Amino acid sequence: MKQYQCIVCGYFYDENLGDPEHGIAAGTRWQDVPGDWSCPDCGVAKSDFEMVELA
Amino acid sequence: MSETIVIIGSGLAGITVARELRRIERERPVVVVSADDGGFYSKPGLSNALAAGKSAAQLLLTPPAQLAAQLGVELRAHTRVERILPAEHLLQTGAGPLPYRKLVLAMGAHPIRLPLRGDGAGRVLSVNNLADYAAFRCALDGKSRLAILGAGLIGCEFANDLLAAGAEFEVEVFDPAPQPLGRLLPPKAAAFFRERLEAAGVRFHLATGIDEVREDGGRLRLMDGRAGAHTATHTADLVLSAVGLSPAVELARAAGLAVGRGIRVDRTLASSDPDIHALGDCAEVEGRVLPFVVPIMQQARALAKTLAGNPTEVVYPAMPVVVKTPACAAVVCPPPPDVHGVWREQADAGGVRALFEDAAGTAIGFALVGGAVREKQALSAKMPAWL
Ligand SMILES: Cc1cc2nc3c(=O)[nH]c(=O)nc-3n(C[C@H](O)[C@H](O)[C@H](O)COP(=O)(O)OP(=O)(O)OC[C@H]3O[C@@H](n4cnc5c(N)ncnc54)[C@H](O)[C@@H]3O)c2cc1C
Ligand SMILES: [Zn+2]
Repeated sequence: MKQYQCIVCGYFYDENLGDPEHGIAAGTRWQDVPGDWSCPDCGVAKSDFEMVELA
Repeated sequence: MSETIVIIGSGLAGITVARELRRIERERPVVVVSADDGGFYSKPGLSNALAAGKSAAQLLLTPPAQLAAQLGVELRAHTRVERILPAEHLLQTGAGPLPYRKLVLAMGAHPIRLPLRGDGAGRVLSVNNLADYAAFRCALDGKSRLAILGAGLIGCEFANDLLAAGAEFEVEVFDPAPQPLGRLLPPKAAAFFRERLEAAGVRFHLATGIDEVREDGGRLRLMDGRAGAHTATHTADLVLSAVGLSPAVELARAAGLAVGRGIRVDRTLASSDPDIHALGDCAEVEGRVLPFVVPIMQQARALAKTLAGNPTEVVYPAMPVVVKTPACAAVVCPPPPDVHGVWREQADAGGVRALFEDAAGTAIGFALVGGAVREKQALSAKMPAWL
């Protein structure tokens, strides 16, 4: 499974959970998250996220 | 001359410049000097960590050794820079001299200390880094009555976090302004925000300027001098001050660099000395100090390119600030400071939507509280760029 972590605040984007509060449905793949989505915790851009592989 | 880039400060600004620079070039020697332990943490998380039950150790995202290895930099922790000698391209530090080719100032800002009178003034805390947070969390143990000085962004966030953290806490917030978030929200939005926070348990004492704190048998007594003869007093077990930040300009000023409210830099983040750049909470970019995460990321990206030999001006899109108060969602995109205009506020039961319109009737800023925050993305896209 892949997760994406905000390099600024550590927030995890989990594809299984999405970010429904901000219009990203559960199950939305990272590449389908719109480019203007921003970190719900600190506001930085999607490009400030890095992929982390979780076992 | 040494080719080394020296960065003073291991906060978000210093570390992000190093990270962005490494995306462009791996070879250039980089030294990061920091007065603190050099660990990377998320500062915005400090005002949301109590309710999440997080200790300072749990807030650390990357320990110093791992950070240095990841970035391919030399990290000199617990090392304070005492003087900058621009003519010699040299720093004097607590651990000896350090030469540089290019210098990056990322020293952050100091919490403003109110000139409080009284024998309890020394016990007033502030939280501006991970070590402060550790001390604060420890000081909270066994306390229940908490006073916060300042109803700005950070004061309100801590107030909300404390109430969410424990039923034993009573939280009172003091501010000389007539409303919370006085610098950010127009009146109706502020009134809505205030009601929501009050419903969550925050007690606001507005138009109340605390100017004296006295010891009172283990507790602290806060006094509002303007109330006349100190009649209005409040007691607290612990006082947290959150009245704002002042950019760390001392070293730059002593080195003869141009300093305003922050260290003055142009759009390439160059100071009055072309070999010294500044960014983050210590910097005043084209006249504006913007002590927030998103501007720092923009600055770091541009500066990394400049340091790699490709002079690049910083670009600021509109950068709304989210207030992290779960009791009342709020997001503000402040209008440019020098533009005249009016706030137009639309309130309903679920929230307030405020647009700041310039003389031509164009919306150039907004404030959304409650349910209205849904419009953040759509409105942001319509805002003019800041720089
Ligand atoms: C509680 C809180 C909540 C916040 N929430 C948000 C938010 O939700 N959204 C948002 O956008 N922003 C928020 N901010 C603001 C944001 O966190 C800051 O703008 C940002 O972290 C500043 O980074 P910096 O690197 O400029 O400064 P700092 O992180 O303060 O780093 C300064 C560094 O310089 C070092 N240093 C200073 N002087 C010297 C010296 N003489 N020698 C050597 N080293 C030195 C320090 O040790 C430190 O490593 C918040 C701030 C606080 C305090
Ligand atoms: Zn984030």
